[in-house]
Amino acid sequence: MKKLSDLAKTIRSKNAGVDKITFDVIFTDRNVYDRVRRSKALTRESVATLYGIDESRIAEFVEYDPACAIKFTIYRLRPSGSPGDPDIFGAQQYAPLLDIAVDI
Amino acid sequence: MPSIKIICPNGHLGFAPLKLDSFLRGVEAGPDFIAADSGSDDIGPVPLGTDTSTSPEAWQRQDLEAMLLASRRIGVPMIIGSAGDTGTNGRVDRYVEMIREIASKHGLAPFKLGYFYSEVDKEQVRKAIGSAEPVLGLDGRDALDEAELDATERIVAMAGVHPFMKLLDEGCDVIIGGRSSDCAIFAAAALHRGASEADAYYLGKVLECASFCAEPYGAKETVLGAVKGSGVTVTAMHPEQRCTIASVAGHAMYERSNPFDEFVAGGRLDMRDCHYEQIDPRTTRVTGQRFTPAERVRVKLEGAGKIGERFVGIASVRDPYTIANIDKVIDWAKDQTAERFGNAPYELFYNVFGKNGVMGDLEPVKVPAHELCIVVQGIAPTMEMAEEVCMTGTRQLFYARLPEVKGTAGGVAFVLDEVLKASPAYRWTVNHTLAVDDPLELFPTHIATIGA
Repeated sequence: MKKLSDLAKTIRSKNAGVDKITFDVIFTDRNVYDRVRRSKALTRESVATLYGIDESRIAEFVEYDPACAIKFTIYRLRPSGSPGDPDIFGAQQYAPLLDIAVDI
Repeated sequence: MPSIKIICPNGHLGFAPLKLDSFLRGVEAGPDFIAADSGSDDIGPVPLGTDTSTSPEAWQRQDLEAMLLASRRIGVPMIIGSAGDTGTNGRVDRYVEMIREIASKHGLAPFKLGYFYSEVDKEQVRKAIGSAEPVLGLDGRDALDEAELDATERIVAMAGVHPFMKLLDEGCDVIIGGRSSDCAIFAAAALHRGASEADAYYLGKVLECASFCAEPYGAKETVLGAVKGSGVTVTAMHPEQRCTIASVAGHAMYERSNPFDEFVAGGRLDMRDCHYEQIDPRTTRVTGQRFTPAERVRVKLEGAGKIGERFVGIASVRDPYTIANIDKVIDWAKDQTAERFGNAPYELFYNVFGKNGVMGDLEPVKVPAHELCIVVQGIAPTMEMAEEVCMTGTRQLFYARLPEVKGTAGGVAFVLDEVLKASPAYRWTVNHTLAVDDPLELFPTHIATIGA
């Protein structure tokens, strides 16, 4: 078992427009990328469970081979910068991904 | 065979100053254009609503000055899109004025300045609502209705390449754009010089955030993008940065919900079959991109609507019993506010840092920290009422009645025993697209001679 943060070079989140937040998990080693994909540690279902959201809130979940990246995007409940939004840029929503246990 | 070189020194001009060293290296590389995007909807709806910029004018001026002096010195056009964060008419006018002031300060020889506006009259949008071509919602939103339009303070349309190309065709040396697609700023220059649409839009896509397409991470450094024949190359200008296959491919997905498609007014850039090739240590070449023109041009609209005036209060908690019952404490303060203001239109928001302040409902950690900081926002139609709502919602945290609490002299700690005036509260009311017959119709262009 390894933590995702020990395997990925970049784990980040950021607005994708005003209604969505997108998450990028990027690997430098294609072999590691392939093994993480095969482990199924990071899937639409696992992410929905981790963030405690319904899968319908996940707008997209893609594996992007050219960049060795796993990427998913969630809908915000209210647009960015609405009063009470604590993260206008969506830049600090990735933290729970760091400790995902990957069986490789 | 098309041949074009463009440098981009800043991915969001004005948000933080460009780094001069790599910019000057880029200028020495002999670009055909110096271009940068100055906008973003990341900054929330307040700047668009209030027609302000989110950063000090000094930072905008500093970058405009560096770019203008370089562009006039080497005699190539300078292009800016989305002036002043939002690209409103007022921000375009302010940038045009700064260009005049900088030209005058340095006694620059006369040059031709082109600019265009992007604000859209609400009545024009209203005509489309309910027509055969409604104002369609993006990102899962419903089509725009009149109630949301009425709640909107200001709307900007996002230009594609069209107004930039018109002004380039008219021989402008400097172009200041209203709200624009980031990639269109660069694509227009490449199309103007004969690049294919696929290469032009890819060039724009890769350059828009400057050194974000390079590694190691370091923002605000200049990158150089080029089209020669077919294909796009991108080169880092900072001596310690490299544009690698990973960094360039990685950038395609930055801030986008999918890494394969980039939509602009007039079409879609398809990056599914992009091929990346490292051609020297700092340069990656990209081929295989495609561009599909739209059958009907739909222009993205952004609109912000005011909710009310806003004040902010801050309170903190250290007592573990109070922390364990923080929801009850907040409910008390909300109830006390409701008792005072009844059905009057106001809103209260509580962000509880140390519990789930950063992530709200997305927070998987359910055990709070040993201390909490509560940020309270009070919103109401008038300043006076917003201040009192916020003060009630903050001060009453102090008086919350928890049955077992030992500390009966005050339930929270205050850094400041006051509430602070904040920007008014706005929300994004419009994130939609409007169909147009002419891609220039929302973007009137103007030309002025500077320094004459």
